[in-house]
Amino acid sequence: MAGIEALAIPRLKIRYFDWKEAFFLGLVRLCALIPLCALLYIMSKIVHLGAGAISWEFLTQAPVEGMTKGGIFPCIFGTLAITVLMIFLALPLGIGAAIYLVEYAGGGFVFRVIRAAVNNLAGIPSIIFGLFGVGFFVLFVGRNIDAVLRTGLLFGQPCMLWAAATLAALVLPVIIVATEEALNAVPHSHRAASLALGATKWQTIRDVVLPQARGGILTGAILAISRGAGETAPILFTGCAYFLPRLPVVNLFGVIPMINPLDQFMELSYHIFIMATQSTNAEVTLPIQYGTTLVLIALTFLLNLTAIIFRTYFRKKLGQVSLQ
Amino acid sequence: MDKASLSNDCAKVSQNAPGRASDSSGEQVSRIKHALTRKESSFSERFVEKILWFAGVSSVLIIALIFIFLFKEAVLFFKTGHPFHLVGLWQYDDWEGKNVFKMMWQSVSEVPKYSLLPLLCGSFLVALPATLISSVIGIGCAVYLSEIASPKVREILKPTLELLAGIPSVVIGFFMLMVAASLIQNVLHTKFRLNAFVGALGVSLVILPIVITITEDALRAVPKELRDASYALGATKWQTIWETVLPAAVSGISAAVILGFGRALGETMIVVMATGNAALVTGNIFSSVRTMTATIAAELGAVAHHSEHYYALFLVGAVLFGLTFILNIISELILNRMRQSLRM
Repeated sequence: MAGIEALAIPRLKIRYFDWKEAFFLGLVRLCALIPLCALLYIMSKIVHLGAGAISWEFLTQAPVEGMTKGGIFPCIFGTLAITVLMIFLALPLGIGAAIYLVEYAGGGFVFRVIRAAVNNLAGIPSIIFGLFGVGFFVLFVGRNIDAVLRTGLLFGQPCMLWAAATLAALVLPVIIVATEEALNAVPHSHRAASLALGATKWQTIRDVVLPQARGGILTGAILAISRGAGETAPILFTGCAYFLPRLPVVNLFGVIPMINPLDQFMELSYHIFIMATQSTNAEVTLPIQYGTTLVLIALTFLLNLTAIIFRTYFRKKLGQVSLQ
Repeated sequence: MDKASLSNDCAKVSQNAPGRASDSSGEQVSRIKHALTRKESSFSERFVEKILWFAGVSSVLIIALIFIFLFKEAVLFFKTGHPFHLVGLWQYDDWEGKNVFKMMWQSVSEVPKYSLLPLLCGSFLVALPATLISSVIGIGCAVYLSEIASPKVREILKPTLELLAGIPSVVIGFFMLMVAASLIQNVLHTKFRLNAFVGALGVSLVILPIVITITEDALRAVPKELRDASYALGATKWQTIWETVLPAAVSGISAAVILGFGRALGETMIVVMATGNAALVTGNIFSSVRTMTATIAAELGAVAHHSEHYYALFLVGAVLFGLTFILNIISELILNRMRQSLRM
């Protein structure tokens, strides 16, 4: 289209109105409006219905009276705790895999196999990850750790650690793809310059490539957190609790409080699911359901928005670097 | 090998170059050689590469483990269950007073029935309409993004799509259950409030961004020369899109649709909340259905480990995994072929 204009041919003035043309192009425009409208409608509806439930008490208190009143603080805490644990497990693995793909694998057979595996991993249904979490992490790894350490039934039951590990497997492709993009955006000349100065390959990656790719990797991490915070199916059977009277916190050496990865936990998305489908009194808890949904959607929306803004900013910055 | 040849080259260079008088050339060569083959450095280099290699193959490992642990439990079903029971079961029916062939998923009844047919039926009854809806809208949206939209509009629409993709599926499920289901029932006067169509609408929202992204990539990969040629022949914009660009991108678009279909089959939280969860063999899109994913999600929590029911659920998972895996591979192959043909 731009090519035509560049040719400087005087534009033909079409005197008649082309109904067919207008109809189909209008249809295409309409199609583009639908996702926008859907997003706006869902967001506005949930904000409208959920805003009434949000209060300081709602965000900072535990559920009371059989979960018909009170707040959702344990769910917020559980969501934050499990995403922290998940990102600790997934980020090193994902960044390492991306570095290997971009800097070491070099387009051969191994590269193609890993590439296909990453793409496939991204397409595996989330409920399959749930089954995998139960079959592998809880019943195989957990039970075997118990058998070796003679800890009874400590690791071999659903808990936050296994839920986080399952989620980490799920978000791995998100991190790998984002990191890959960030690494590929670093100009090749920078690597060449570093190698020419006598730096080894790993020194080049560590001191030249990774610092420049920091922004892109951060974006990937945020996207992964947002994805992990919203997923429900993988954690249904690997550690989520319907109700927990305590926070999953343990005192390390009896003093330092830390997240207890061997405890079960409450989680925002799971809370929405059970309150909407398995609550004893769905009518009474309606404000809680809308409020929880609003909190979750606000959380993921803000994370995604941050990631988008970050990426735009870092892409611009990298664009300037490669122009210099 | 590289290092050896490099050090040889360096040695030649240093022999030819006028060295400092105090250094004998032999000393220089050995120093350069030493610098190039620092033992400790090369060890750490190799160590780092090994670690990175492990991280790289971890995703292959995870897929392999999913495969093994899913099918390991799934085949144990056949220890007690008969393969034919996955289709249906002859059972005496009190109402009809005779033996009838029952194709049902009733995992907790007196005689547990594990027919996969109602679940497959439910999954396809949700996934096919969802794919259809999101393909029509998604391809239209991708055409707009790649052929019509100005860069400014693109800059708004693309992040919007990402935000739509970022909405957790449980939120969409909740929205369909609480808001959309009643709305649709009031408009279409359906018998059941929660049915396959409601679920399909929700699922189509989830796969829409995927279809749009891949279709747009495919459209952008169509060479500009084709469009220019079409315009030069006097075609209008729509004629160019319909007759030239879309046919040229058809393989990429089909990959997008197949991938979307795979995602639709695997979507869990929306269908568990919005399709009514009645395992029926039906072709009616406005009837309540139960998908494979919803069955696993609803039943695995309350099942005894290593019981027949438990293995049956893993079998359902294995069937689902197999289906989505094949769909993913097909779309991957199509996309790879497309990329290769474009490079040539």
